[in-house]
Amino acid sequence: MSASVLFDAPGPKARRRYALLGVIGGVVFAAIMALVVWKLATKDQFASAKWKPFAEWSTWHSYILPGLRGTLVAAAIAIVIALVLGVLLAMLRLLSVPTGNSPKAIGLRAVTWIATAWVELTRAIPVLLMMLFIFGVLSANGHGSGNGPLIATVAGLSFYNSSVICEVIRGGVGQLPKGQSEAGRSIGLTEGQTVRQILLPQAITAMLPSLISQVIVVLKDTALGYNVLYGELLYNSKPATSLNGNIFAMLVVIAAIYIAINYAISKLATWVEHRLQARGRTTGPAAPDGDPAGPTNAPGVATGQAV
Amino acid sequence: MSSLFSDYHIWTALWATVRLTIYSAIGSLVLGTIVATLRLSPIGILRFVGTSYVNIFRNTPLTLIILSCSFVLYIQLGITLANSSDPKFADVNGFRLAVVGMTVYHATYVCEALRSGFNTIPLGQAEAARSIGLTFGQTMREVILPQAFRGAVVPLGNTLIALTKNTTVAVTIGVYELSAVLKTVTERDPGLLNLSFLVVGVIFVILTLPMGVAIGRLGNRVAVKR
Amino acid sequence: MKFRATYAGAAAAALSLGLGLTACGGSSGSGGSSKEAVCKLPDKGPTVKVGVKFDQPGLGLKDGDKYTGFDVDIARCVAGELGYSKVDFVQSPSPQREKMLQAGTVKMIVATYSITDKRLKEVGFAGPYFVAGQSLLVSKDSKIDSVKGLAGKKVCSVTGSTSVDNLKKEQPNLVPQKYDTYSACAEALASGSIDAMTTDDTILAGYANQSQYKDKFKLVGGTFSEENYGIGLKKGAADCQKVADAIKKTVDNGNWQKALDNNLGSDYKYNSESNPPKTPTCQA
Repeated sequence: MSASVLFDAPGPKARRRYALLGVIGGVVFAAIMALVVWKLATKDQFASAKWKPFAEWSTWHSYILPGLRGTLVAAAIAIVIALVLGVLLAMLRLLSVPTGNSPKAIGLRAVTWIATAWVELTRAIPVLLMMLFIFGVLSANGHGSGNGPLIATVAGLSFYNSSVICEVIRGGVGQLPKGQSEAGRSIGLTEGQTVRQILLPQAITAMLPSLISQVIVVLKDTALGYNVLYGELLYNSKPATSLNGNIFAMLVVIAAIYIAINYAISKLATWVEHRLQARGRTTGPAAPDGDPAGPTNAPGVATGQAV
Repeated sequence: MSSLFSDYHIWTALWATVRLTIYSAIGSLVLGTIVATLRLSPIGILRFVGTSYVNIFRNTPLTLIILSCSFVLYIQLGITLANSSDPKFADVNGFRLAVVGMTVYHATYVCEALRSGFNTIPLGQAEAARSIGLTFGQTMREVILPQAFRGAVVPLGNTLIALTKNTTVAVTIGVYELSAVLKTVTERDPGLLNLSFLVVGVIFVILTLPMGVAIGRLGNRVAVKR
Repeated sequence: MKFRATYAGAAAAALSLGLGLTACGGSSGSGGSSKEAVCKLPDKGPTVKVGVKFDQPGLGLKDGDKYTGFDVDIARCVAGELGYSKVDFVQSPSPQREKMLQAGTVKMIVATYSITDKRLKEVGFAGPYFVAGQSLLVSKDSKIDSVKGLAGKKVCSVTGSTSVDNLKKEQPNLVPQKYDTYSACAEALASGSIDAMTTDDTILAGYANQSQYKDKFKLVGGTFSEENYGIGLKKGAADCQKVADAIKKTVDNGNWQKALDNNLGSDYKYNSESNPPKTPTCQA
């Protein structure tokens, strides 16, 4: 905080005032934390019986690690599908809409229109709603157990994130200098070739930090699978809390796992952003320090997401 | 169709979703502003508190936060947010716990939206204000805050849209909002599934699309041209 | 880390399981951490998939890689009688039970599954293997001794269950509270956030007998409904009668009683008029 638009460099008087405020703030913060800890302690939440299970391999082996695997598997599949689908959607939406009445033009118009409708709808409908619906359909057809929950979770996540990724990439293309596509066309590339070979690679590189940040959103959203009986971290760890009666301890451990993973990813996104900037590229913001609601704030993207 | 309204109380659910959105939006605006103040303050320890808050709650799934509100705040610590002899105690308490969870989670996004508003202001603006002799209060009032709010409009609006959609997570602790309709239908009457998804989906499109359009327009109008 | 009693218990269980393995050679998916399995499975035979609860102490509980509980033991005994040498336990959440049977995800479901007319339209049942009844669980020093005493008290049950609504007919002034699992109710009861929880007495006894709640809870109010627990099967399942016979055999050879004592505690006072069920039948 050496230079800030909010505060000038402090003089001696301001420094004394800051020190005083710092002490008061520290005391208030410490008092709040102490109150929370004390409250929890009076309810026996730090009893060793509630935390001992985490020192035993079976708790990790049978509940937490399989749950973590469930979370990572769903996230990984969803990210791959969303990326493929998102790039396809972006390509469709980047092509200029053909005019005329030839069957090809009408077909292309229809496809572009469907792509637009898909993006708008999957972004407007909550992910959980899509998961519940898909799970409901699967369950009515007898696939409520087995792979049903995984399919519902992954489908909900990939539908939503495909449209987010599509818009991130479109935003990235929008940031490129106009000369890029003009140059592509002038050396005789078709419009499709220009998009595929010139615009997309640059846009994806530029938006890499945003795309990496989107991984955090996907990871967090796997927890929604809890509601469709998918064996992610929360759902898979629930029987362990029935066994040991330690819901609080379990929630703390699971939260710590999520925070550790997501914090690491957000650091990666920031690092990539700095790398790209060092190479003199303009980039889309990585979430942590640049942009609050994530990549949807990229230019040309109106609606947002923050699940 | 009619049973969707009579047996599954879709209006009640919609009203719960709307109230959840409004209360949580107000709550997270207040809490988010406080956290942003901490994060932007020149005092190290306060900045640390604000930054930790954001790092902790932004990296935790909302599902987990809302579950914690029910399991930790209420079940373990015995904190109740409603009159415990009220026959509707469980519903009211659950609803308010969900508002707390939504507020805690979305406050981080409000904080970051406000912060990004300040981050868009070039340092020269503040230096210019100081060099023409404006006091701290004048600098804030006349130069910094107006620009910061304009820069924060779009991210704040996006947070509101996300918050509206995220109210669906409240079903995890049994709040009867719109996604609870779908969950109940799945268990009791799968024949109604398509229809209820259609109705609930359309409601969300009606709720969020205009917000998106309005935010886009407003964002363009107030954008600071640089 | 000190050598603790739980380790000793686990070691003892592992040892007894090991002996069981050498004796029968090849049974698996069995055993418990602190209690040994009541029934041994035969050496040779096919594998069967059985749906149980994973989070219901005393009835069906996943404990590490093992499964324990009355339902689990009954499932194993019946599977043994039917000639299966291995039981794969699958989690069967209440709303999914009929669908799992219809789709053939599991062969049987033994998961506090009451035989009702509505369910009989969709699935078949062999049983009952136990007759449970709704009851109340309160903390040890509570003054509540009957449904009447619940006025203004917070009573917990799970979402989708009608237990609290049944009570409301007798005591309209109670305050209902619903969670998605009974374990949440039990924790809330232990911490004093609620005053009572209600559901089948078997489930309540399972919690009262669980080590972390030992001597904290008591069952009150007797039982005031009849829940006939059956083994769920696919509608029209050919071996339904065989399953019913297997239940009968398990009762007759004393394994039923052993399973009950092992899992729900010997001081659990079940409805001894209807238990053990005299004539388990097939309703496919």
